[in-house]
Amino acid sequence: MSAADGGGTTTLVVRVENKAGVLARVAGLFARRGFNIESLAVAPTDDERFSRLTIVVGVDAAPMEQVVKQLDKLVNVVDIRELNPSASVERELMMVTVRANPEIRGQILDLVRIFQATVLNVGYDEIMVSLTGSPSRVDDFEDLLRPYGIVDVQRTGKVALPKLVKAAPDPLAP
Amino acid sequence: MNMNGGQALMKALENEGVDILFGLPGGAILPVYDPLIDSSIRHVLVRHEQGAGHMAEGYAHATGRPGVAMVTSGPAATNIVTPLCDAYMDSIPMVVVTGQVPYAAIGTDAFQECDTTGITMSVTKHNYLVTEAADIPQVIHDAFYIATTGRPGPVLVDIPKDIVDPNNPRSAMEWYTPDSHDLPGYLPNQAGDAELIRQAAKLICEAERPVLYTGGGILKSRGAEALLELAEMTGIPVVTTLMNRGGFPDDHPLCLGMPGMHGNYTAVTAMQEADLLIALGARFDDRVTGKVGEFAPLAKIIHVDIDSAELGKVRRPDVAIQGDCRVVIEELVKALKEMGGSEAQPDRNQWRSRISGWQERFPLTYEQSKGDELLKPQYVLEQLRDSTPSDTIVASGVGQHQMWTSQYWKFNHPYTWVNSGGLGTMGFAIPAAIGAKAGRPDRMVWAVDGDGCFQMTAQELVTAATEGFPIKVALINNAYLGMVRQWQEMFYEERYSEVYLTRDVPDYKMWAEALGCVGLRVESPEEVGPAIAQANEIDDQPVVVEFRCEAEENVFPMVPAGMSNSDVVVDPSQRDQPR
Repeated sequence: MSAADGGGTTTLVVRVENKAGVLARVAGLFARRGFNIESLAVAPTDDERFSRLTIVVGVDAAPMEQVVKQLDKLVNVVDIRELNPSASVERELMMVTVRANPEIRGQILDLVRIFQATVLNVGYDEIMVSLTGSPSRVDDFEDLLRPYGIVDVQRTGKVALPKLVKAAPDPLAP
Repeated sequence: MNMNGGQALMKALENEGVDILFGLPGGAILPVYDPLIDSSIRHVLVRHEQGAGHMAEGYAHATGRPGVAMVTSGPAATNIVTPLCDAYMDSIPMVVVTGQVPYAAIGTDAFQECDTTGITMSVTKHNYLVTEAADIPQVIHDAFYIATTGRPGPVLVDIPKDIVDPNNPRSAMEWYTPDSHDLPGYLPNQAGDAELIRQAAKLICEAERPVLYTGGGILKSRGAEALLELAEMTGIPVVTTLMNRGGFPDDHPLCLGMPGMHGNYTAVTAMQEADLLIALGARFDDRVTGKVGEFAPLAKIIHVDIDSAELGKVRRPDVAIQGDCRVVIEELVKALKEMGGSEAQPDRNQWRSRISGWQERFPLTYEQSKGDELLKPQYVLEQLRDSTPSDTIVASGVGQHQMWTSQYWKFNHPYTWVNSGGLGTMGFAIPAAIGAKAGRPDRMVWAVDGDGCFQMTAQELVTAATEGFPIKVALINNAYLGMVRQWQEMFYEERYSEVYLTRDVPDYKMWAEALGCVGLRVESPEEVGPAIAQANEIDDQPVVVEFRCEAEENVFPMVPAGMSNSDVVVDPSQRDQPR
């Protein structure tokens, strides 16, 4: 299973101080324990003093607990949330350039329409499209495009936020 | 107040209460060594940067205050990596200032440039590359705060030359005194959870065979008195790990001594047979647990540690309390008193009599040398122990001599034992003893060293001689890398590979004299006492006493690596005793 399937992986959302070298500290902690980072997305938060890292790692629960505790010990790490895929909304962006001779361009545009992807650029025998969606939907789209010949593909790695509470609070509750 | 970054660095160190700095100047740190002349801080000029680091550690061990070292860039920074790692493993508060090439030259392979913060990232609690002179006061303030709070550890501050060089406009800054820390990711917590403390107290009141398993966290938290109160109120026996020797008095009837690979039989076995281990500032190190799956198999675990990452790292605790050891012990004592204090403790006479049975059958033992045999190291250590003041500070290197010292010394005061536990750094003793003497000039300081260790850091005896630190070195010369020799004898069918150091080269007496010390040599048991007495009399010069010891002597008891603690190998003379 790949990371995007959510199989044997954990998603950590780590808020860090937005300072030089912090990413190296975080990445080093994983590297030292031989954990491969499957994907990593980094960007500043609404508060520019902090950045948010969304890290997907393929590890078991037991060493993960230790990694999270060690991560928390880093002076620049402010807080960490472990996101269960079923309790979170996940999104990933993929840009992909596919071989598309004029005679098969229509087939690719069909897929673009079905997946509600976006055409970004068109060449005489290639087409560049983008798709934002859940990692598994992005996987499906990539799988369907592959037979046409993928020239170039870049995925961002997923970002995630916890799902929101559905039930309104009981107005009679104390 | 207008000043340059170098002046600001010295002022910032003074403001943190630094009274002594161990270091060695060089190109990149040169501008800081000029304002040093006008500073109130004493500088100790070391002979190798590793020495500066271990001195800072020894100072911190003996005083509880952070040790400070300052060295230049490149090779000086790499030379101090070992002490940083040592301090990280043993949670020693230390601040190391390194010079760095000018900011604009970083990354250009400049002369004596290395990626100091990158290299030291995994061996420091935190490190800084300071890029602006104006940041110096705040970074130094934060560095000391981080080094000394929570789980203590080393912090490195890397300072590019241009921000401290008065000839460079980038060094100009306006002094300010920082009064707070902006560290949103660093909020050390001291107090333990009250409900968990009550649960722990309840487990203690139910336990029939409890043991207090006490580690370096006792000393780090200044918790020795609290531990004494807890032990005496409950009557629970105490084992003191290598990092907590002195944290509970060896002559106390409840003290079982050191556990672990070379711990004494009673400490090891009491833990194996316990139904409750109360781990206080200890981390279930492999040298203590032996084969983890078979360690203390019947015991419930209460684990108290300032570092939540230690809780459950090796052994899943039944009650895990994150907090400062002293604070938590004090709360635990309160909770136990509320439950009835000593009266509420079950009758543990049977447990006590089993323990005293082990103590009677399996005391530490060795055979005194006969005829023209060389000295027994254990005899030397007994003599040294009995002819020095009880508050003598003892520093050791790493290997057989370290284990014998921990076994045979009677540590009855906290902060009298200075050693390299986690990293096991050979050569630690001499520089660490110098640092301890610098911190506690009122105390007698003995380094117990092996011949292998001595050859790694002996040059710092020049520092001791010229800077006025009259330490004493008991050199246990057995002509071998003794611990490795012991393993080759026991586990490699006596196939000795690269462990013989030679008996007579170097000539330690002459070497000691050349280094500015008094050199003495002892070969027979009757010379041991007088030589120690002579060394104790000398207080204006370091002394090295070479004790020529038997090469074949092994450290027992021993739990072979990877074996269960239940398979502890005792001294040959005790192997017929019923367990």
